[in-house]
Amino acid sequence: MARTFDIRRQTGFPAIAMACFILLYLPIILLVAYSFNAGSSVAVWEGFSWRWYASAWENDQVRAATVRSLILALSATVLATACAVPAALAMARPGRFKGQGLIFGLINQPLMVPEIVTAVALLIVFAAVKVATGYTGMGYLILAHSAFCIPFAYMPIKARLAGMDRALEQAGQDLYGTPFRVFLRITLPQLWPGILAGAMLAFVISLDDVVITEFVKSAGQDTLPTYMLGQLRRVVTPEVNAIATVLLGISVVMVVAFFFLSKSRK
Amino acid sequence: MTDAALVHVQKERRSRWMLLTPALVVLFIAASGPLLIVMLYSFLTAGPYGGVEWSFSIDGWFSVLLQRDFFSEELTFADAHLSIFWRSVKLSLLTAVITFLIGFPTAYFIATRPKRQRDIWMLLIIIPFWTNLLIRTFAIMELIRAEGTVNLVLLWLGIIDTPIQMLFTEFAVLFGMAYVYLPLMVLPIYASLERLDFRLVEAGYDLYATRWQVLKRIIFPLAKPGVIAGSILVFVPSLGAYVTPRVLGGGKQLMLGNLIELQFGQGRNWPLGAALSLTLLAIVMIALFVYVRAAGTEENGHG
Repeated sequence: MARTFDIRRQTGFPAIAMACFILLYLPIILLVAYSFNAGSSVAVWEGFSWRWYASAWENDQVRAATVRSLILALSATVLATACAVPAALAMARPGRFKGQGLIFGLINQPLMVPEIVTAVALLIVFAAVKVATGYTGMGYLILAHSAFCIPFAYMPIKARLAGMDRALEQAGQDLYGTPFRVFLRITLPQLWPGILAGAMLAFVISLDDVVITEFVKSAGQDTLPTYMLGQLRRVVTPEVNAIATVLLGISVVMVVAFFFLSKSRK
Repeated sequence: MTDAALVHVQKERRSRWMLLTPALVVLFIAASGPLLIVMLYSFLTAGPYGGVEWSFSIDGWFSVLLQRDFFSEELTFADAHLSIFWRSVKLSLLTAVITFLIGFPTAYFIATRPKRQRDIWMLLIIIPFWTNLLIRTFAIMELIRAEGTVNLVLLWLGIIDTPIQMLFTEFAVLFGMAYVYLPLMVLPIYASLERLDFRLVEAGYDLYATRWQVLKRIIFPLAKPGVIAGSILVFVPSLGAYVTPRVLGGGKQLMLGNLIELQFGQGRNWPLGAALSLTLLAIVMIALFVYVRAAGTEENGHG
């Protein structure tokens, strides 16, 4: 039988694609592998061990940074989602209104403005506020993280709303449901997967942030990523790999869950 | 309009703004408001120990490109700044080119898989995209350091006999940026290629086109909006990159982001730092404007 002529084939493309996937994953796989290294090198393999996870766990700085990262990410997620849900509801209502373009720009500003510019801007403002009020707590970080998490929480909610059947809400109103009851009993149950997806993205984005945190944090407010960044200046031990692997694990779980959550939409 | 209808419209408007208020307040305090302050600071006088003095000055903007000779008061271009600008633009463009050369065939490969497989391949692209940028940069650092995997393999194969210094070079920064931003190139190109009508390709072959001609004359023009989108999506964060040049460039291969940081750290010239930030922002806005116009011709309206 003659081989059929495959019109989709382009010579060399599959090879480049395979190289691309290997290139994407090889560095990460090596990083994870060396977190289990029994020796203290990140290049010479000396056998399997959990010792660097244990040493990271016993390191007070790492523990404090872990707790701080989690509190920060959770607070920012809750605040950003709480802001994004009503904003998406307002933007998804039928009909254009004055200032729509401006608000669209404001919500998406954190996606467009380079992070370093926002970081510097926040440094300037918060430095002045810190001097004026004397308050140097976590509030600044929570506020900064909430702001740049809003567009990430907003997008999946808005997408979900766009694909929703609004006739059900109208039916609820026709049956004398108050706006709040209609929202609680009809809109919210349908919107739920979008809210969850948005919250998960916000959590991952907050957990991973380095630049804005580095500029906004007061002394002794390291999160896991800024702690890692500080460690990279010294001799790196697999302890940093162990911390990175844990962070990586959280992100991967979140992204895969997000992926299947948005698949279930159809 | 009847009174009742008017009242309804007003109520509608009021509830819309009430719903928007929480998001707008947070964004104003921690995003747009501070940006306006940066604009103000760029026109103030630098304080001797950081910070600013409250008197108007355009020295900040002036020093972005020029410097005054200490003795002769003569104006010259600030070579150090210019070389950093040039490096930022050059590395960002090269990053876009490299990610295109790898990303286009990859996106094409995924788009031509059976429908059920495509999602899995795309997931493999998306996972690195959502994982920590610092961790991925760190992974590259471990790979190319003097005692890293690449050097060990090359030594073992006998290709080299002393480790190559790759870390803290321009190559390292370029390699790192291409690595971390590659998914941003693949995603939009895949989105255009997925909708590609392969009957057009078939028509090309029926007219005796070679594979290269089909790629150049049919597939590539149809994927162009995705390629433009991908290039902008890679170029913009590369230009503002801070973590990758800091970790892989080791303080020698400064880019714009690092130059801005210096003005708030050792350099201590806040107005100059503010002016540099706004310069970076202006370049990014121009790039995004080009992107919106290119995307606008493809499909109307925004998401």
